[in-house]
Amino acid sequence: MELPAQTFQVTRADLVRYAGASGDFNPIHWSDRVATKVGLPGVIAHGMFTMALVGRAVTGWAGSPDAVVEYGVRFTRPVVVPDDDQGTEIEVTARVREVTEDGLTRLEVTATCLGEKVLSQARATIRTAR
Amino acid sequence: MPLDPSFVGRTYPPTAPYQVGREKIREFASAIGATDPAHHDPEAARALGHPDVVAPPTFPVIVTMAASSQIIEDPALGVDYSRLVHGDQRFAYTRPVVAGDELVCTNTIEDVSTRGGHGFLTTRTDVSTVGGEPVVAVWARYVIRGEA
Repeated sequence: MELPAQTFQVTRADLVRYAGASGDFNPIHWSDRVATKVGLPGVIAHGMFTMALVGRAVTGWAGSPDAVVEYGVRFTRPVVVPDDDQGTEIEVTARVREVTEDGLTRLEVTATCLGEKVLSQARATIRTAR
Repeated sequence: MPLDPSFVGRTYPPTAPYQVGREKIREFASAIGATDPAHHDPEAARALGHPDVVAPPTFPVIVTMAASSQIIEDPALGVDYSRLVHGDQRFAYTRPVVAGDELVCTNTIEDVSTRGGHGFLTTRTDVSTVGGEPVVAVWARYVIRGEA
């Protein structure tokens, strides 16, 4: 079963806010000068910010903010965030892999940016019955 | 310099307690656009059976990333931070983090390896309350890029 796609807009302002909230001030997430110096095309989103947005999609599908039992991803491709008002977009979809007898639902999640997968092995287990 | 595989299985001393504040959870939830009332309103969280506002699933990384400096900055292990790339991240929750928690991290090195000139480091951080109640186990895998 496929779950309905959710889309998240990501701008530079979002990265600055996430840096402050998370305490991750690595300059590749806010300085084009530093990002390009280390070989990136430009400022990229924190992997953990992408993971947090995908987590929002997961709790959205679960219907409860406290329903996630397990959640893991592999970061495979950077999310480049241009310095304009639109930024970029991350689209998140998921497929139900398994529903267990003890009320757990295992999801296989796909996150893409500009049509390219940015995560692999993205899996979440949610509690479906409270 | 390849990472020393003899570090596999090493456990570090527990970190100083991290006090989870209600405003920090609200700030983090707002930063990721998580608008569910249980992240912001203690009454909404209590209706779900929690003592105070509930943190979003990736919130524990605030605590574990700070704690992992114990490993990343261990001079004996010798990780070159400038070549460090975050590869994988995984959380297994006993329960969600809630405001008022005082969390202690215990770091263990689960795996150290070198392949194709790159170093790989897997850490597990067991996050529990100061009272010893397990809250979440957090794994991170880092790639230390080799000299090209």
